[in-house]
Amino acid sequence: MADISVNVAGVSFNNPLIAASGTFGFGREYNEFYPLEKLGGISCKGITPTRRDGNPPPRIAETPSGILNAVGLQNPGVDAFIKEDLPWLKQQNTVIIANIAGNTPEEYCLMAEKLSGTDVDMIEMNISCPNVKNGGVQFGTSCESVEAITSAVRKHCTKPLVVKLSPNVTDIASIAKAAEAAGADAVSMINTLTGMRIDINSRRPIIHNNTGGLSGAAVFPVAVRMVWQVANAIKIPIIGMGGITTWEDAVEMLIAGATALQIGTVLFSDPYAPIKINEGINNFLDKNGIKSVTELSGTVIPW
Amino acid sequence: MKYDVRQLELLSNEQIADGIFDMRLRCNEPDLKIECGQFAHVYVPGKSLRRPISVCDASDGVLRLVYQVKGEGTRAMSQMKAGQDVDVLYPLGHGFNVESGKRYCLIGGGIGVPPMLYTAKQCQNPLVITGFRNRDFVILQDDFKSAGAEVMLCTDDGTAGKKGFVTDLLKEQIASVDEVCACGPIPMLKAIAQVCKEADKPCQISLEERMGCGVGACLVCAVKVRKNGEEIMQHVCKNGPVFNAEEVVF
Repeated sequence: MADISVNVAGVSFNNPLIAASGTFGFGREYNEFYPLEKLGGISCKGITPTRRDGNPPPRIAETPSGILNAVGLQNPGVDAFIKEDLPWLKQQNTVIIANIAGNTPEEYCLMAEKLSGTDVDMIEMNISCPNVKNGGVQFGTSCESVEAITSAVRKHCTKPLVVKLSPNVTDIASIAKAAEAAGADAVSMINTLTGMRIDINSRRPIIHNNTGGLSGAAVFPVAVRMVWQVANAIKIPIIGMGGITTWEDAVEMLIAGATALQIGTVLFSDPYAPIKINEGINNFLDKNGIKSVTELSGTVIPW
Repeated sequence: MKYDVRQLELLSNEQIADGIFDMRLRCNEPDLKIECGQFAHVYVPGKSLRRPISVCDASDGVLRLVYQVKGEGTRAMSQMKAGQDVDVLYPLGHGFNVESGKRYCLIGGGIGVPPMLYTAKQCQNPLVITGFRNRDFVILQDDFKSAGAEVMLCTDDGTAGKKGFVTDLLKEQIASVDEVCACGPIPMLKAIAQVCKEADKPCQISLEERMGCGVGACLVCAVKVRKNGEEIMQHVCKNGPVFNAEEVVF
């Protein structure tokens, strides 16, 4: 048995697989399939300063090898999360990452400050949600705005700070550099790619928000490319995600430059995917005589 | 652990009406503890999302799913062959709440009819009203009769049963029942809810929405409901698919 534990910004994970924000709620449902300690960590559903009801349905559409979603950050608000979900989550023996999404820099700072006073292990700043009208991705698409919001939140955040990057940009490496320069402890990437499907009979977009975020196997090569580009540009660790479906995908994403991984969409077809992927990683390491999963990270040999 | 994914042997998968298929899966008896109105989430190889299909029947070691081919996923389901294993996550959701001593009127419209069969089997002497577009879509009439239900049939064009809508029959019958359970298209459910409200009879309705995880984590299958005077978003997969009609904001 190889060592599959990893460390991101001083936080230890028993294994590299973290449930991706928005696919896993606050963990209670998937705890009915297997104990959550089987996961390296949980990135919780994105939270906002106050309750949000999200977008009208339909909020999901299937696409070739993927899905589009536009939930619109439905969540009970930061205070309800701290009071009602966090105490339970902290008993599950896994790393708890709070994911925050605001309309304004002040809202991000307020939530970072509140959460810094709790037992969450890390804070993931979501500046890449494509499905809300204000805030979200608008903070994540220029180097100046990424640097401004990251340094503002940094002042209020005493927890390790992960900045979640949008792939809907022209040069993701420079965006990652801006986050690093402003004090991020790690980046997580990629959030979804903006997409659209239209019903040809009604001529209506399938998703009520018209556009949604594309995830699943379809985005995997894009995610690998971006993780590799960013790994070449920054020194802080990368939590890689985007369409990881098999253990081979997980190994590939680590080799591209990720230190830890998030998985999401695959859970909808196979709730046990994280357990299978961890087994696969373990077997791969053993077969190749590799003692620790950390030895894989960033070992791609480019042409 | 409340949820489990099971590999079930496909016993048969036959077309029973235009585009409607009847899938029967072998189940261990202890795995058939299913509430009427609950659903099964069927894995389709190569697809990112499972297909949520209401349970049509669950007895004698057989899980029965009657579904309509609507797109690529259900088409692939219709091509599954006897003898193969099907990966099914079930039972999911909150079903119909059926109490003994009450007389129920169970209403199904189109592909909303199948869950009413298993529901009929949980009721004493129920009245079942089924409605279809035309005679080519009529299903399960003999099954309801075998289940001991009084079954009524109507079609939009009158090619089978009475010409008209399920609500026409409901209005004639509502005085003779205590409660109504229904599944079908939204306009039909809305009309049924209105008839029940006017007659002051409780009404439970089973809803449908594009779904992801099936267990209440991803929050995509939202439905607006009114609870304690406040409108909130709940989810078809976890809070439903069956809701109290009075609470649903159509």
